[in-house]
Amino acid sequence: MSVQNFPPIYSTVVEIFQWLKSVYKNISFPEKGSCLSSGRSLAPRGRRSCSSIGCIVSVPFGSHNNVWSTGRDPAIWEADTDAVYAALSHHLWSTFTAPEAKSSNEDLKEMLESNKESLKLEAMKRVVGLIAKGKNASELFPAVVKNVASKNIELKKLVYVYLVRYAEEQQDLALLSISTFQRALKEPNQFIRASALRVLSSIRVSIIVPIMMLAIKEASADMSPYVRKTAAHAIQKLYSLDPDQKEQLIEVIEKLLKDKSTLVAGSVVVAFDEVCPDRIDLIHKNYRKLCNLLVDVEEWGQVVIISMLTRYARTQFTSPWKEDNEKAFYESEEEKKDQTEATPYTMDPDHRLLLRNTKPLLQSRNTAVVMSVAQLYWHLAPKHEVNIVTKSLVRLLRSHREVQYIVLQNIATMSIQRKGMFEPFMKSFYVRSTDATHIKTLKLEILTNLANEANISTILREFQTYVKSQDKAFAAATIQAIGRCATDISEVTDTCLSGLVLLLSNRDETVVAESVVVIKKLLQTQPTQHSDIIKHMAKLFDNISVSMARASILWLMGEYCERVPKIAPDVLRKMAKTFTAEEDIVKLQTVNLAAKLYLTNSKQTKLLTQYILNLGKYDQSYDIRDRTRFVRQLIVPNEKSGALNKYARRILLAPKPAPMLESAFKDRDRFQLGTLSHSINSKATGYQELSDWPAVAPDQSVRNVEVVEPSSSESEEQSSDESDETSSDSGKSSSGSEKSSSESEPEQKKKTKTKKAPQKKSKAAAAVTAPSFGPVKTHELLHHMTGKGLSAKYHFPRQPCLYQPSMVAVQVILANSSDHSLEKIHIGDRSPAGLNIHCFNTIERLEPEASVTVSMGIDFSDSTQAANFQLCTKEDQFSVSIQPVVGELLMPSTMSEQDFSKEQGKLLGMNETSATVAMATANTSSQAVSKQVLSVANVGVVSSGPNDLHRFAGRTVSSGALVLVSLELKESSALLTINTEKSVMASMLLRDLKQALALARLYPRFWVHRRFTHDFTLKFRPRCTTNAKRASDPDAVQKNTFVKVPST
Amino acid sequence: MIHSLFLVNASGDIFLEKHWKSVVSRSVCDYFFEAQERATEPENVPPVIPTPHHYLISVLRHRIYFVAVIQSEVPPLFVIEFLHRVVDTFQDYFGVCTEAAIKDNVVVVYELLEEMLDNGFPLATESNILKELIKPPTILRTMVNTITGSTNVGEQLPTGQLSVVPWRRTGVKYTNNEAYFDVVEEIDAIIDKSGSTITAEIQGVIDACVKLTGMPDLTLSFMNPRLLDDVSFHPCVRFKRWEAERILSFIPPDGNFRLLSYHVSSQNLVAIPVYVKHNISFREGSSQGRFDLTLGPKQTMGKAVEAVLVSSQLPRGVLNANLNASQGTYTFDPVTKMLTWDVGKINPQKLPSLKGTMSLQAGASKPDENPTINIQFKTQQMAISGLKVNRLDMYGEKYKPFKGIKYMTKAGKFQVRT
Repeated sequence: MSVQNFPPIYSTVVEIFQWLKSVYKNISFPEKGSCLSSGRSLAPRGRRSCSSIGCIVSVPFGSHNNVWSTGRDPAIWEADTDAVYAALSHHLWSTFTAPEAKSSNEDLKEMLESNKESLKLEAMKRVVGLIAKGKNASELFPAVVKNVASKNIELKKLVYVYLVRYAEEQQDLALLSISTFQRALKEPNQFIRASALRVLSSIRVSIIVPIMMLAIKEASADMSPYVRKTAAHAIQKLYSLDPDQKEQLIEVIEKLLKDKSTLVAGSVVVAFDEVCPDRIDLIHKNYRKLCNLLVDVEEWGQVVIISMLTRYARTQFTSPWKEDNEKAFYESEEEKKDQTEATPYTMDPDHRLLLRNTKPLLQSRNTAVVMSVAQLYWHLAPKHEVNIVTKSLVRLLRSHREVQYIVLQNIATMSIQRKGMFEPFMKSFYVRSTDATHIKTLKLEILTNLANEANISTILREFQTYVKSQDKAFAAATIQAIGRCATDISEVTDTCLSGLVLLLSNRDETVVAESVVVIKKLLQTQPTQHSDIIKHMAKLFDNISVSMARASILWLMGEYCERVPKIAPDVLRKMAKTFTAEEDIVKLQTVNLAAKLYLTNSKQTKLLTQYILNLGKYDQSYDIRDRTRFVRQLIVPNEKSGALNKYARRILLAPKPAPMLESAFKDRDRFQLGTLSHSINSKATGYQELSDWPAVAPDQSVRNVEVVEPSSSESEEQSSDESDETSSDSGKSSSGSEKSSSESEPEQKKKTKTKKAPQKKSKAAAAVTAPSFGPVKTHELLHHMTGKGLSAKYHFPRQPCLYQPSMVAVQVILANSSDHSLEKIHIGDRSPAGLNIHCFNTIERLEPEASVTVSMGIDFSDSTQAANFQLCTKEDQFSVSIQPVVGELLMPSTMSEQDFSKEQGKLLGMNETSATVAMATANTSSQAVSKQVLSVANVGVVSSGPNDLHRFAGRTVSSGALVLVSLELKESSALLTINTEKSVMASMLLRDLKQALALARLYPRFWVHRRFTHDFTLKFRPRCTTNAKRASDPDAVQKNTFVKVPST
Repeated sequence: MIHSLFLVNASGDIFLEKHWKSVVSRSVCDYFFEAQERATEPENVPPVIPTPHHYLISVLRHRIYFVAVIQSEVPPLFVIEFLHRVVDTFQDYFGVCTEAAIKDNVVVVYELLEEMLDNGFPLATESNILKELIKPPTILRTMVNTITGSTNVGEQLPTGQLSVVPWRRTGVKYTNNEAYFDVVEEIDAIIDKSGSTITAEIQGVIDACVKLTGMPDLTLSFMNPRLLDDVSFHPCVRFKRWEAERILSFIPPDGNFRLLSYHVSSQNLVAIPVYVKHNISFREGSSQGRFDLTLGPKQTMGKAVEAVLVSSQLPRGVLNANLNASQGTYTFDPVTKMLTWDVGKINPQKLPSLKGTMSLQAGASKPDENPTINIQFKTQQMAISGLKVNRLDMYGEKYKPFKGIKYMTKAGKFQVRT
């Protein structure tokens, strides 16, 4: 036992191994680099044959027997066990476990504490390597946590990785890092804010729950949608750490659900599902928004939103499946009355909205999205519409093996209820020899479900090939499938049966056995005509050794012994000979057969039966002893058995119902398709049942939304982001060349539909102050007389430019009023030369009387200098210019009152311009004031209290400089102040605003028209010349413009 | 959502683990190993394995199992799709997705996994966003980093995260502007014993490699878009435009991506470019079997059939095959019983054939099924469905890009039953 007994003294583990290898040839050498493994992490697995040092370390702790458990001569092992064991423990203790492991970690520690960034980084990389391998690096915690505030972003990130992994174990030390994160939460860089929140919320230390709560609340109002998305993720983390915070978290969820950013939508729905899936009331107001945003949400978010909306829709809408109603229609007179009284089913427009908006997602490249849309249609769409998902599901079968598996499972469930859906695609389910076994069996399942009178011959021919497959498990499954086809379709029962009988002579045992079992089941359904088959099987009995098959034949003999009166006793005789050698299941059936024969043919079999019962009485298995005792009491009359004896025949030979050959997927429809529960066919943790349709739809009006006013918490980045999304939609559709009008039409309709209702309802909606609602003024760019038939008008849509953020979006409406079509309309030279214009795509052809709207982006560089360029057709060039109004060079910025005051404080002195404006008494209401200001400048309203101070904020498009407008009302005048770095702009804006407000005072009713007048003079000039009298009359001009305004 | 991820190699060792929530002991994988042992082939491991407290969802790619641990209800496809996306990302970053590559780049792998999921929910899976966050390791960059001390990790939020075109980053610049499109069609077919087609369908993809400066807006139109029966798009494609005009209009991602995959309606008859004459027979009682295979071109529209590879899983009873190939080389693996014949190009004048005998185990009975033959081939400059790209236009940028379209037809799952 002492170490000295060992031949050489080894200094390292490696050498021990070499020695061991020389003694025991089949120990494999450990991989390089695995020497740091600790014993804890690896359970010794024989198969791995000690490929990891982990097994060796476990030796001292007494598990050495497991280490070399395979493929070794136990005798050799026994002899040397003690010696090896001793050597290993000694050397591991002395050379490996303590100094070496420690020294390497010491090493890392030193590196982490050094001053050199590169050394630290190198050390952290190695630590992460340890974590990745699942090794314990927790003792480095103090050294690592020091680096949390490092400037090096990569080092910092790796420290984050480490923190998240070990904070739970080292709670006290982890607290040291918290202040760093709190500081980072205030960083101007949104990315740093977000990652700080991510890590902070991932540290599972319950002491910091209040800090996390605070951080989440703050982040949920952050101006960056990315940070808000992170906040949504943090909600779930906090909830799993401390479920008591539920109420507060629900508030945050409610707030985030209102968020309009597509980035946030998916994440907050995940949080909703996790924290409060039953709070369906939170969804109502956001339902339409979610439906409309869906296409733009990132793919993972789409999946969760769709499945949440599926559940929502099942509680809110009535069933679109009319069949049920129609059945009821004919059932009785009373119901008929009800039915006639009931109004015909009309689908809730919201229900339709969901179906329509999810449909394009069937074309997604993400299989999970396609599947979730498919299940949505399956659970929500009217029966005749479900078919549209078929093609997409079949397409998914081309994907990876795992995807196929899940999709086939779902198709299997669907195909039971709706054969027609997949029948045209039957050939896509044909099995290939290269498919994995579980894929093969699923395809088989589907083919069987699809079988009907028309296609059964094709399917059976296909099955014939499968039966011969080398994959025997699959061949057996095919035989089962043939059996099912035979019971389902009575026309082919005989064909199937004879086919199966042929298989009885197959060489492969599993095939034969499976055939016997299936034939047994088939015969049970119609035993009368088939005594021939039973005889045939009796003949085969000697050759079949699979116990299940033998048992089945014995059962058949017993059950139909009266049809084969001569053979059955003979089979029993053979069984009596081999009884002791049979398997339990065969023995049980032998006892059964004996009992049945005893009752029907006691003359021939009495002795045999008694013999078998005697054998059974002393069998090893208690099951068989039990059965024997029971049967004996039942059939052999004696004084104890009493009344039961009389009924023995009725008990044993009662006609038995035939077994139903059913699909294994028959009952899977209780689960929502596409879920984990459906896949494993049992309820998974956290599965939420899909509720039944309500008989009466709940109130629909709960989903009506009032148009949201920009709240003080929403700040600039978000609002620009929002409008970005909306503008991208409308921008795409309106630019004509990019998207067809057919798209924009339904979209527009949809939007108006959803928005109209609430506007009608609430007067409050009229107080809308969102910047995009400002008036749109159209300006002439090119008159059709000068343009030889081509006319162009432009307006500022007041949307952020799609092409570059520093550009102002301009929409140009080109119309052809000539009698020939114009070709190749495009933009030519421009001046000043450096002018940055995003041109519209060349319009190949513009037919007479046709018009097209295109969008351009122009970078005015915050000056009102006109952008001159040439509008060219194939033949001509026209110089045109766009002169921006100063107000259009701004974009709205949303900020709170506090922020406004703060920013205003920074822009005093030189940066402040102010003037007193005479105000009309009629226009002192805040609505009127903001309307007028918004008509001049594209700024955002800063919501404030009910005082007389109105604030508006905006930024210049190019440089992003803040422009703050405040208007303090006093009796009949107002103090107008503009704070901005751009003093030229300020004075111009001040002039425009003053004019607008003054005009409003003078001509409160006509201010809009007057402002339009100068835009239209050009346009009306030709008419003016022909009708000079009318032109000279200013009222007439006004009238004309008045008529024109609505059309623009 | 996704709780943890374990990477398991072919020999059943866990070589990487990553946890997004609290740590799950790796002993949970024992259930997976059990299933693995039960399965006869690596592919037969069921993708979803329920265990008492967790659910294991796994995918097998490049002989590595990616095992995700799930704790509660989640659509299984969600996890599967994500795992495949992880593999694709690794492949994109390291060129190959092998155990060695992952071990070598374990830090980058960890950083990637950290960015891809937050609390088990996918955060960034678009390759261009990830590449802005974590730059792919190259030798040059590693050297530069060692010298200058700069890092592979971006400090700014990737521009794609917040934009409406998250698949494209801004400020892309190339000196040579080029856009290449590969139309690749695959024929899936099952041919029966007599040579008649049981089922055949065409699946196609258009893979693109776009290296264009700025924000180009491309439109791609087809001569015969009606051929396309069922399509799935890269998110960049404007769906409505396709619905209305059957034109692909999109702002492309930067670099390689799959623009479109499509299915050609099964009503059309599919032209099968090759035929196989075979005579494989085993005689009862003798330990010899005959093997005779001849390939020939059929309906190839005048194009050569290239890179032909025939493989067949011979019955278990076959000990060895003694064959003679008129062209190319053949190999027979006596362990897996896999016969592979690398034919190369088919010469219509002199058809390639593989003839000879197979020796069977003495005394073993004759196998009851003849092997199926899997064929791979390639035909250049032709899309078998007849799909043709009409034109490619670029808007939004002023330069003239170099455009290229390539057609190719391949065998997908092409099986001949004998």
